[in-house]
Amino acid sequence: MEITERSLWTMIHGMGFGALYLLACSGLIVELWRRYAPASEAQVTARDESFLRIYLVTTAVLAWLAVLSGAYIVYPWYRAVPPAGLADLSAYPRYLLLSKPTTAGWHDVGMEWKEYIAFFAPISMTMSTAVFFRYGHSLKRHPELRNAVLGFTILSFLAAGIAGFFGAMLNKNAPVDGGATIHLAGGK
Amino acid sequence: MSAYTSGLGHRGITNGSGAAAVLAAGIGTFAIAVLDVTADKVPAFKSMMNFYRPTGPLSGVTIISLVLWLVCWAVLETMWKKKTVAMVKIATFALVLLVVSLLLTFPPIGDLL
Repeated sequence: MEITERSLWTMIHGMGFGALYLLACSGLIVELWRRYAPASEAQVTARDESFLRIYLVTTAVLAWLAVLSGAYIVYPWYRAVPPAGLADLSAYPRYLLLSKPTTAGWHDVGMEWKEYIAFFAPISMTMSTAVFFRYGHSLKRHPELRNAVLGFTILSFLAAGIAGFFGAMLNKNAPVDGGATIHLAGGK
Repeated sequence: MSAYTSGLGHRGITNGSGAAAVLAAGIGTFAIAVLDVTADKVPAFKSMMNFYRPTGPLSGVTIISLVLWLVCWAVLETMWKKKTVAMVKIATFALVLLVVSLLLTFPPIGDLL
């Protein structure tokens, strides 16, 4: 059982940081919706607030790690230019996708959209974290602000979901692979 | 006038600081969309955005947008942190910027411009 260095980084980027971000973000939407609604009778204790602060910082860090590892580690491998005349494009995912009309759309639409909207998630989540640190449980007394934070969190979840979907489909059609091989375990 | 209706929470915090963060986030995402579309339309601008060659124009577009976002946030925070502002209007405008940014970056829509 082996994995290449590039596959490992792609997994860390997508299934690690990206998927964890989506999970954390979905939990955050529920929490903001349920507990910080102006009409909510749920008591927000100091312990709840401390927990949510850590949760928000973790979620924001995951968002940043997902986009930065994507943009500066995986994406350069994805868009590497093959030498002229090379027939086997399997090590050059962007050019492999563009070589066939049936797969070109995954790059032209999928990657071209994903690479930019992914950045909406860390911007939104950093904003949400900063607002929560500033206002804490008094967000309940600022319903318009709480609604704005919730709106940005939902839309950043949507943006990250779109980016995650296209990331998975791009990697299915033209995997980012290569580099050093890491031996994980022997077969029977 | 109660603390609530004057825009103050029970901690005595105005809504200006929150509004600054929300609007700056909207501006930051919109900057990404505008620079992305511009880079697609203007080859010279696309070359200028090539801050880090392995990542290509994505590096310039996002670095400039992130700097713009943080600068806007700092300026708005300084201007509004002690003020009560029209939160509904500001939040609606910021959310519209985010939705428009999602649409503009979608290539079939961006290509229409």
